[in-house]
Amino acid sequence: MRRGSGRALPYLYVLPAFLFFVPFVLVPFAHTVGLSFYDWDGLTRAAFAGFDNYREALGSALVRSAFTHALVLILFFGVLPVVLALPLAAMSARESAPAGNALRTLIFLPQAISTVVVGVSWGWILALDGPLNTGLRALGLDRAAIDWLGSFAWALPSLGMVGAWTLLGLCVALFFAGLQQIPESLYDAAAVDGAGRWRTFRAVTLPGLKGPVAVALTVTVVSALRAFDLVFVTTRGGPGTETVVPGILIYRRAFEDARLGSAAAIAVILAVVVFAATWVINRIADRKPS
Amino acid sequence: MIAATRAERTWSVVILLVFAAATVLPILGIVLLSLQPEQAQLSGFAWPDRLDFGNYARAFEVAHFGSYLKSSLVVSIAVAAGTVVVSTLAGYAFGTMRFAGENFLFYLLLTGLVIPFEAVIVPLYVELQAARLTNSYASVILPLVGVNAAFGTFWMRAYFRAVPRELMEAASLDGARSLRILWKVLLPGARPALLTLVVLAFMWSWNEFLLPLVMLSREDLRTAPLGLAFFAGRYTTDRVGMAAAAVMVALPVVALFVATHRRFVHGMWAGALKQ
Repeated sequence: MRRGSGRALPYLYVLPAFLFFVPFVLVPFAHTVGLSFYDWDGLTRAAFAGFDNYREALGSALVRSAFTHALVLILFFGVLPVVLALPLAAMSARESAPAGNALRTLIFLPQAISTVVVGVSWGWILALDGPLNTGLRALGLDRAAIDWLGSFAWALPSLGMVGAWTLLGLCVALFFAGLQQIPESLYDAAAVDGAGRWRTFRAVTLPGLKGPVAVALTVTVVSALRAFDLVFVTTRGGPGTETVVPGILIYRRAFEDARLGSAAAIAVILAVVVFAATWVINRIADRKPS
Repeated sequence: MIAATRAERTWSVVILLVFAAATVLPILGIVLLSLQPEQAQLSGFAWPDRLDFGNYARAFEVAHFGSYLKSSLVVSIAVAAGTVVVSTLAGYAFGTMRFAGENFLFYLLLTGLVIPFEAVIVPLYVELQAARLTNSYASVILPLVGVNAAFGTFWMRAYFRAVPRELMEAASLDGARSLRILWKVLLPGARPALLTLVVLAFMWSWNEFLLPLVMLSREDLRTAPLGLAFFAGRYTTDRVGMAAAAVMVALPVVALFVATHRRFVHGMWAGALKQ
């Protein structure tokens, strides 16, 4: 037996993971940062541009609206499912185990479905002659029947509702698992103290679910910031620019307009926003109660 | 928990059923639409007079979904296998061994959890094109294993750290014996953790859209979601065909999820809350 092999061993074990991660994720990401300081069409020589791409991006009304739309989507993808899932998880915990499991599995199902499938399916449901409008007309609400994804006012909220539909089950499942970890004795103690329903929720349930809420918010907020697939297969950013999101701009500038440096700058801004959101959510969750 | 009154229990059942229905109805609507006769123009939910699987045959043959599904299967199986192998090896080292630079390497790999793929895709395309790798399954498989290695290693490390120390003193072992311990002692018990990772990696690669969209321009290489996006964009009037294609694209992953969901969901949330 060679004695030296023990030292190198851990590195041999981690090597394969890095052989995939470094060349296909880390290095390209570093190149994106580098590329964002250049003006490049992908063919001719790249010209150093300093902060021009960033200046253009931050000054552009289109880029700003893309990030504003992403913020609106955060309300629908993140806040709405989390707020709805808290009572739903608690209610499902009161049902018998088989019934509760069946309900949670059903509500989780959209998570397993490809976003492209979700997009084309909802595209039909929300169409002018789709089932939603047929339902509205049957209720006598003819004036409420509109082309949801073609409407300047309703396209973005409609996409947001589709996102909420896909992410609700994930939040319910996470919170349900979290509820199982809260010791029954805490509820008994609250009852002894004479705490009502709302106070018990605020003093026992919510603090006990801090971890799962942080996980749920991280996943949903990041998917709102990165909503590319859903927009690409439904509205492509329209009508007008009402549903343009950062991912759509990056794709268009890089692969349609051949402005690779500009695409890279938007990608870096998006990455910074994702890092910051993840950091803030988990920072708040880690804070000790005062 | 505080005992609920009868009225409250009724209300909570009603509310739960409303949300379950809101989840299921759109899915049911698409499935029913896919079983309608070819020229049907449907504007609501309707039971078909008779089950017509003709749309499936049409989508499979004429619209090339047979070929798209094959591409997705090749990519997803390769990514799931690659992810499990590299993540298990790395998770084993990070979870059970002490070595210089351990923390630095681990956190470097974890950056993969927060780097959005949009911030990787442009140079990745340029580089893979220069290496003449675009329009190949490898151009989708290799980056997906790279991204998944971050989550996978994190996941398997958490599992290996929870294994009792006495089971192995791997740090002092040589290569052959530490591999044998991994294979014979640790992996049999790791089955739930591995299953969850396999299902997730398969599901994520099956549903990945941006990467194949950018890398694969050749029609015969298209993955299933990519094929569906192009189909829906081109044949806007063939709604029943689109519905059949959509069901076919979703079905393999939904079936995998339903088949494994009990152990999968358990392993997943137990893991998520342990972290």
